[in-house]
Amino acid sequence: MTVELTTRRVLANHLGRPKTLAEHEADFGPINRLAISIDVLRESGITGRGGAAFPTAKKVEFLLQQRRATRYVVVNAMEGEPAAHKDRMLLASNPHLVLDGAMVLANLLNADSVVVCIARDHVTTIAHVKAAIAQRGGRRLQGPSFEVQSPPGRYVAGEESALVHWLNSNETLPQYRPTRPSLLQIGRGGVLLDNAETHANIGLIARHGGEWFRSVGTASRPGTTITSITGNGKALVVEVPYGTPIRSILSGAGIDYAPRALLLGGYGGTWLDGKHLDVGFDDDSLRPFGAGTGAGVIMALPPQSCGVAECARIVEYMAKESARQCGPCAFGLPAMAEDLKALASGRNAAQSLSRLSSRSDVIEGRGACRHPDGVIRFVRTALSVFAEDFNQHAAGHPCQFALSPRVSYIPHQSDVKDLEWE
Amino acid sequence: MRRTVTFRIVVDPIRCDGFGHCAELAPELVTLDEWGYPIVQAEPFPQSDHELHRSAQLAVRGCPRQALTLQKIIAAQS
Repeated sequence: MTVELTTRRVLANHLGRPKTLAEHEADFGPINRLAISIDVLRESGITGRGGAAFPTAKKVEFLLQQRRATRYVVVNAMEGEPAAHKDRMLLASNPHLVLDGAMVLANLLNADSVVVCIARDHVTTIAHVKAAIAQRGGRRLQGPSFEVQSPPGRYVAGEESALVHWLNSNETLPQYRPTRPSLLQIGRGGVLLDNAETHANIGLIARHGGEWFRSVGTASRPGTTITSITGNGKALVVEVPYGTPIRSILSGAGIDYAPRALLLGGYGGTWLDGKHLDVGFDDDSLRPFGAGTGAGVIMALPPQSCGVAECARIVEYMAKESARQCGPCAFGLPAMAEDLKALASGRNAAQSLSRLSSRSDVIEGRGACRHPDGVIRFVRTALSVFAEDFNQHAAGHPCQFALSPRVSYIPHQSDVKDLEWE
Repeated sequence: MRRTVTFRIVVDPIRCDGFGHCAELAPELVTLDEWGYPIVQAEPFPQSDHELHRSAQLAVRGCPRQALTLQKIIAAQS
């Protein structure tokens, strides 16, 4: 295939190890006097890379309107999504680019500290970032101070309000925020929280400008996306412009089979039928199929696998990862996981199928965070993509692949307790 | 320019522990799901409906976890 696949921007000149500050400056240019203005940020049209695709300039403007004596910039590299590994990849190759982006945003906001949050099980990534911060310390740069914080690596720990709540009071619990936009606060200080990949892109915008940034990607989602691709027992990362057809992303990543279905966005994401491979990987192209890019995850389900069994595994994992704060999520997700398990085995599955969709309608929108909504989106798209399989399983005839090896990666959940009453 | 005022009940899902008092105090506005957590009527009710307003207030005050609030929605109509 002759598609110009990897437009390497934030993963440029990948060395297979984190670049030192000298190597970084040789590649990207000096970090002294690096700055960005709100106009350049707005012109670039950069959107958040963490999944919500919110315009970063709007976030910064909102924070600038709030009169705060202290402000903080938080880099979210938690990556609680089991199918994603892009932030780790980014911080293991160009850690200084992420720190550059955080530095220019901190200077724009007059913030005096930058907090990089990395899940505590990602030990090597923490070491890479700490080493990078130490290298910058020798330069006596004007600007914010950097620190690394390592919250526990639970799925919801990377949710922005849960992360900020952890920085405040050592609990990774999402918060109820009925009014939007809501200001995140550490103490009395305002917080700008962005994904690590967003920060890395801002590090490049500060050097090359907004127009350069818009030169690839789509009009509504300019720039590139680092996609985490899993399938065939492999986990790969490729950087492509938004709007690249999924087929060429997969072939570039060395997925040589025709997938049955694709899981896009992550375990709280959406399924896409395997026949829609020529759709571009950006939210506008995927919207007609009820799918989205999320955090840039593509899981390619091989032809010899059972969609129902995969869904059962993933939803069971997601149910255990609930923070158990809100009833509909704490009780509803395990109930849906039970339904899916019954369907996967084909035993007592008669009512499970109709109950699954009615429970989806009941639970939707009733959690403090979007964790249950993500699972429901996942289940609903699964019900339409694997409709035939679900009907077969419900009739008590599990498909021939029901016992084949599983594809989706489920992390070991050692510290999950049963639901406790206060 | 006319202003229409409507109300609806809003639940803080973190505070709510499924006591179910709201469904007893305002059955017209709140039903319970299979786990005993409230599902509140999504569409707001008009200010003129005093009976609904009264039971909504009872539900809000009767919640042992103080998880409910009565949200006033002011919409400008031209």
